[in-house]
Amino acid sequence: MKLITAIIPPDRLDHVREALIQADITRITVSRVTGHGRQEDIEFYRGQKIAPNLIPKVRLDIAVNDQFVDITVDTIINAAKHGVGEIGDGKIFITSLEQCIRIRTNERGGPAI
Amino acid sequence: MQKKITSSLLLILAVMMAYNTGWAAEEVVTDTGTTSWMLTSTALVLLMVPGLAMFYGGLVRTKNVIGTMMHSFGAMVVIGVLWPMLGYALSFGPSILGGLVGWEPKYFMLQGIDDAIMSTQIPEYVFAMFQGKFAIITPALIAGAFAERVNFKGYLAFIALWSIFVYSPICHWVWAADGFLFNLGAMGAIDFAGGTVVHISSGITGLVAALFLGARKGYPRNAMSPSNLVMTLTGAGLLWVGWFGFNAGSAIASNLATARALTVTQMAAASGAFTWMVVELLHHGKATSLGVASGILAGLVAITPAAGVVPPAGAFALGAIAAVICYVAILLKSKLGYDDSLDAFGVHGIGGIVGALFLTFFIRSSWMADAAAKVGGTWTVWQQFGVQATAVGVTIAYAAAVSLVLLFIVEKTIGLRIKENDEMSGLDHSMHGEQGYGLINPN
Repeated sequence: MKLITAIIPPDRLDHVREALIQADITRITVSRVTGHGRQEDIEFYRGQKIAPNLIPKVRLDIAVNDQFVDITVDTIINAAKHGVGEIGDGKIFITSLEQCIRIRTNERGGPAI
Repeated sequence: MQKKITSSLLLILAVMMAYNTGWAAEEVVTDTGTTSWMLTSTALVLLMVPGLAMFYGGLVRTKNVIGTMMHSFGAMVVIGVLWPMLGYALSFGPSILGGLVGWEPKYFMLQGIDDAIMSTQIPEYVFAMFQGKFAIITPALIAGAFAERVNFKGYLAFIALWSIFVYSPICHWVWAADGFLFNLGAMGAIDFAGGTVVHISSGITGLVAALFLGARKGYPRNAMSPSNLVMTLTGAGLLWVGWFGFNAGSAIASNLATARALTVTQMAAASGAFTWMVVELLHHGKATSLGVASGILAGLVAITPAAGVVPPAGAFALGAIAAVICYVAILLKSKLGYDDSLDAFGVHGIGGIVGALFLTFFIRSSWMADAAAKVGGTWTVWQQFGVQATAVGVTIAYAAAVSLVLLFIVEKTIGLRIKENDEMSGLDHSMHGEQGYGLINPN
């Protein structure tokens, strides 16, 4: 079992979510986060171009069984990218998942995901 | 090119200025009481526009909140410029083109009314500004029907054209002293504060636009839950407050008629909300806040045309009837499958039609007696119903037909329906390069 954590641009959330659903990866957690990357996000504020300190991003947490890691990662990469890829398109972290428990049934491990 | 535009604008200004001479002040004095109430009303009606922005903004998904609120503010900006330039002259000038619209060159940039005091004893500036707020909020209402899927540039062009070619003509027919609906039947078609001019015209246009542009991506399969009902409720509250200016201000007086309009406005809003709440409790077992907000609006919309002629009992009935019919209309929408995103047609179109037609059965007897005296005989409820139905029918047919043409033109030139990629990213990012909600979770 792996935990896939993806940091993606907010405007790509729907694209990624839809692509994941198409790929049959339907169990995800989404949260709004801010942070730093290599990107200098330029936004307009009262007519001035400014580069804010903390850049808004969306974080996806997806727990998957090992055989689904590749499809999940590929799907996210394809859907989150702006065009051929821009600085700020985000990052994906994969960590080993020790245990997964479904609260309702107390199931453990692979079937609980 | 720039130079050409500048010089032609200067020429237009010069031509308009030429009419400014030879105009003299009338011998009417300002009534300070009336004027101060009308100034207050003008501000109250403007307050409804940010109220509407909050109402609509809270109902869309997080990625579209700025884009949706900008539809209301965009109307404030565009019509705010257009109304003193053209709108007032087109709406309240003397009839031209066989009564299709009005036109008065001296109203261009309001230059001819600098000293004018109207027979209602208020400066004409107050009247022009008061009416201008109605012209602002009307196109902003339409935006609820095609929320979350229009191009901002196309939207701006559409509301500017719509204001000139749909709002001004209908406003002229219904409210100008020489408008044909104003003079229909014994005492004209009854539209106290904008049942036809504001609510039916915008509601029908909303329906036509929703059908023309098609549904949002994913509708109705995907849930599109409101981003912030707290903001929606705040907006509904502001609309209720502002509506006192909208209706009670439309008496263009500060007297008994004003008090009547204010009372029935309050009663219809409460009755609409109460009815909607009870219907929901019976139907679902839970009263939702959005239901209460919708009931408030349904009641307010229905009383808008009627505020000058119905007594409180009639107001109570109109609010209740409108709430039930709008509730059913919104249920039907889901069955029919068209995507009137925020129910601009379901509440404003349907509520406006219900108010404009059903008010006939609740008119106070003194009004009917006056009407009978004016035609020198009898004037029945059904005769007035015929007048009301004509006004409603004309408004629906005209608004639907002209709006369809305007939608087609804007879609083919500037583009109104947003690109799929932009729609998925959300209006805030794709249209404005901003984001509305800081760390509120996306939905």
